Amino acid sequence: MSQYLILIYADEAQWANATPGETAQLTKEHAEFGQRHADVIRGGNALQPSPTATSVRPDAGGSFAVTDGPFAETKEALGGYYLVEAADLDQALAIAREVPMRFGGVEVRPIWEVM
Amino acid sequence: MIDVDPTAAAVAAAVADAHRSEWAFVLAATVRVTCDLDLAEECVQDAYARALDTWGTAGIPARPGAWLTTVARRRALDLLRRDATARRALPLLVTDPALAPRPDAAADELAGPELAGPEPGGSVPVQLADPAVADDRLRLVFTCCHPALATDAQVALSLRLLCGLSTAEVARAFLVSEAAMAARITRAKKKIAAARIPYRVPPRAELPARVDAVLTVVHLMFSTGYAAPTGEELMRDDLAERSLDLARMLRVLLPGHGEAAGLLALILLTDARRGARVDEAGRLVLLADQDRARWDPAKINEGVALVREALGQGAPGRFAVMAAIAAVHDEAPRFGDTDWPQIVGLYDLLMRRWPSPVVALNRAVAVGFADGPAEGLAALDALAASPELAGYGYLSASRAEFLRGLGRTGEARLAYEEALLLTGNAVERGFLAARLDQLGS
Repeated sequence: MSQYLILIYADEAQWANATPGETAQLTKEHAEFGQRHADVIRGGNALQPSPTATSVRPDAGGSFAVTDGPFAETKEALGGYYLVEAADLDQALAIAREVPMRFGGVEVRPIWEVM
Repeated sequence: MIDVDPTAAAVAAAVADAHRSEWAFVLAATVRVTCDLDLAEECVQDAYARALDTWGTAGIPARPGAWLTTVARRRALDLLRRDATARRALPLLVTDPALAPRPDAAADELAGPELAGPEPGGSVPVQLADPAVADDRLRLVFTCCHPALATDAQVALSLRLLCGLSTAEVARAFLVSEAAMAARITRAKKKIAAARIPYRVPPRAELPARVDAVLTVVHLMFSTGYAAPTGEELMRDDLAERSLDLARMLRVLLPGHGEAAGLLALILLTDARRGARVDEAGRLVLLADQDRARWDPAKINEGVALVREALGQGAPGRFAVMAAIAAVHDEAPRFGDTDWPQIVGLYDLLMRRWPSPVVALNRAVAVGFADGPAEGLAALDALAASPELAGYGYLSASRAEFLRGLGRTGEARLAYEEALLLTGNAVERGFLAARLDQLGS
């Protein structure tokens, strides 16, 4: 078995404009997803919106530049993740397709396995 | 029958033939032992080299594919045993548990009496009683055409792993440098290993979408070969021929699959006109002006029979409908005999089920031939706003043809000039420039 990180990207503007009913529905869908795949989910969280992000980069002077905002500005921002266990990419993609993703989509990345 | 003591030329021809027809079979069966694409490729190349050396003295085996498979797998087992520890560190292909790499078990499988002699296949035909071998090719096909790989990588991997083309040959087919193509192939193989793209026939539920993806890759390969987007030649025959080989293989591996039959029919019926598409000077000849005696009747007959079969299986797929359109063209003795209303009807069907800007464009052109250039021009102009067709040279070229037919010379000139700006293929550019010339000033 291998591990994959499922990164959930969503349009934050749409998310911000969601009605309380839509928000509740999405929360419920995530809870259901979590139950359905409890045996393979190894972790997962929702993230605060990207304006709360702070980026840190080494600067030329050997110090660090700390800046407000996410590492890369994109229309669809990283909003949460699941860490799942799967035998292969097809299985990971089958799980990924069931992640609630109405305001965007997901990216599936294999975890680099250290032997 | 074993051809004992064949000439060097006969051996070279037999090896070339086996390369063309058996590469995917041999590689797929070897990957099963190695669970590593690079190692398997190395061993298969080695087996073909040994065939060149040994078939001259030992005779050409009755079943070259089985001989090559045995030699390649044996080589793989030797290498696996020799540096088992070094190779254990490499990520292996993910495959069905029953096919997991078990060098010892695989050795048992190979240690039949036919391998008793020092050289496999020396004088006794090699028997590989392996019912799963046909499926191995399918595993390889689905791995090469996995949707998680970029489309250009899927095409490149298919040419390399299914057709056995060298990286240099694949690079030439796509007019990119060998270094760039090597990087593309390496990147794809790394992704297969790191992301664990499985070496497996997908489960039943995913099969329709995955088969469609495979057929689309082969169709793209053929289209690129048939009307090369750039370059000096109109067609790249190597690509067209390899895609025909692959379509034939898929037809064998997916018997009774309507779209596999449809794709093979489409390729045959389109490729049948290859000999008439350029004249002796290498200039483009339009369908209307082609010498139909130079079309290949064997390909047309085979294609027409396949279209009938594909259309007879319930709701026809898109390749079957496209093949039906090609069949209508091919069955017209002269251009003037073309059944344009039927072609428009088939394009209408395509538009309803698989709409695309290019289908819309082809439909508009067919309308022009069915109902006259004014109707065709109106249908084309209705598409001019489509952003996907902005910058598509065939739209401008088709408008130019209809404007010319209507005697609207000034507008035709502008449209030809626009098409010239948008066309990268030298032969197509030559055609457009000649048309522009004929308009006079």
